[in-house]
Amino acid sequence: MSAETAAPAGDLPAIRLDAPRAAALGAIARKEAPALKARVENLSFWYGDKQALFDISMPIHERRVTALIGPSGCGKSTLLRCFNRMHDLYPGNRYAGRIVLEPEGIDIIAPKTDPMIPRLRIGMVFQKPNPFPKSIYENVAAGLRIRGVRNRAILDEQVEKSLRRAALWEEVKDRLHASAYDLSGGQQQRLCIARALAPEPELLLLDEPTSALDPIATAHIEALIDELRENYTIVIVTHNMQQAARVSQYTAFLHLGKLIEFGPTEEVFTRPRKSMTQDYITGRFG
Amino acid sequence: MPDLIRRHTVHSFDEELEHLTRQILRMGGLVEQQLATAVRALVDRDEAAAEEVIARDDQVDELEEAIDQEAIRILATRQPLAVDLRMVAMALKISNDLERMADYASNIAKRARSLLEQPALKPLVTIPRMAEVCQEMLRLVLEAYATRDPEKALVAWKRDGEVDQLYVSLFRELLTYILEDPRKTGACIDLLFVAKNLERFGDHTTNIAEKIHYIVYGNRINRMVVEES
Ligand SMILES: Nc1ncnc2c1ncn2[C@@H]1O[C@H](COP(=O)(O)OP(=O)(O)OP(=O)(O)O)[C@@H](O)[C@H]1O
Ligand SMILES: [Mg+2]
Repeated sequence: MSAETAAPAGDLPAIRLDAPRAAALGAIARKEAPALKARVENLSFWYGDKQALFDISMPIHERRVTALIGPSGCGKSTLLRCFNRMHDLYPGNRYAGRIVLEPEGIDIIAPKTDPMIPRLRIGMVFQKPNPFPKSIYENVAAGLRIRGVRNRAILDEQVEKSLRRAALWEEVKDRLHASAYDLSGGQQQRLCIARALAPEPELLLLDEPTSALDPIATAHIEALIDELRENYTIVIVTHNMQQAARVSQYTAFLHLGKLIEFGPTEEVFTRPRKSMTQDYITGRFG
Repeated sequence: MPDLIRRHTVHSFDEELEHLTRQILRMGGLVEQQLATAVRALVDRDEAAAEEVIARDDQVDELEEAIDQEAIRILATRQPLAVDLRMVAMALKISNDLERMADYASNIAKRARSLLEQPALKPLVTIPRMAEVCQEMLRLVLEAYATRDPEKALVAWKRDGEVDQLYVSLFRELLTYILEDPRKTGACIDLLFVAKNLERFGDHTTNIAEKIHYIVYGNRINRMVVEES
């Protein structure tokens, strides 16, 4: 033993793992669950007297894609809308529980929380395309203008980048100032995706973003989701089980407003734990 | 037992899966018959039986081909998930196991043919016994596959040890024959190959048992738990 590594007299020798064991344990340590971007805690929601969500708790992992699946009317859109306080716009709607946005630990749905906080930090693409009655350019620039961006060069650059990412640029680059309403349904949907992307939100909520798109545009959006995952957290609602299996790392299955199963996507789609999940994803429902 | 597998909303999907299952069972039945005939050729020194096995191997290959095509078509058109995905993926693997097992039967038939050119050894006991256990295991896994019964598959899976033990004792037995009378070396080597083929046949039967467990539960047989019980 060399002088350097010898333990001082009287001290216990340092415990060292052999290389393979150290490597194995290191790998386990690194496999720690990813950090959380948000936590849904005991969330219930009522449209007036009608309860639409029942005591939902689930994590939203940071820089991961979480898919929400479940039959029509189970509450997927309702859950997404809670994240940016959309429901506040209608009187009589009521929340219980918390949605905690990390890292600050802000409870998004607490009445004292300014609804502008989630709306500025969270982007949303709705199930039905809802462009503003403005030009294509202004639709994409809108989120940036709200945030105070005035510089024309920056706006131009960000508009082009967002439209490219949403796989729409080539189709609209020669008519950026035409009305958004002149676009086809699938183009409007991609415009709304570009609009949500432009301010680079930390959490992006996508409600069936590709339901109106052809396979090519769908592939572009899926590729975009893969790319965005490097820096952003995404929650996506989809009725396409293969799409959920392809693009997400976590999957939540909702039924009648309740969370039935949540887990790593790979497990949910190869060996779900609940027979209700299995029946739904394999087309044995009802 | 896990939940029963319910029917799909689209019934034609169930029909396709059932057809795939029937094809696998047909292939399994053919393999069972191939092994029985090969062992009969060996024990009864029946050349015609040996030729029959060798000639029929093509049928097994054709069935495997048909199963592959059907499974791939289902993957493409239905994009199955969960238990459905496991069923289709395992059909591909099980047909591959069966194809290998048919090869072993045909190897045995070829050795039986070669043994005809050599003087007969003492009446064979251990080899027919090994073959019998293999047959029983195969029958069990085919039943387990047809009914998606993991317990039955496990019964077959546990019997592989018997085949391995018989193989070891046969190995010793043949070695003593060779020492007693070196002129029997050629025949003994043929028989050793036969036994090795039976031992491999048994291994593939346990593979199929493991795949049935995977279809039903979505995970592997836990050897530690099983071997303790
Ligand atoms: N504004 C509303 N007022 C009252 N009830 C509503 C309202 N919006 C939705 N609901 C009800 O809440 C439940 C959940 O609806 P939600 O739109 O969240 O379903 P979903 O899972 O998104 O369905 P889909 O897959 O069809 O989009 C449904 O029973 C629906 O009828
Ligand atoms: Mg919806």
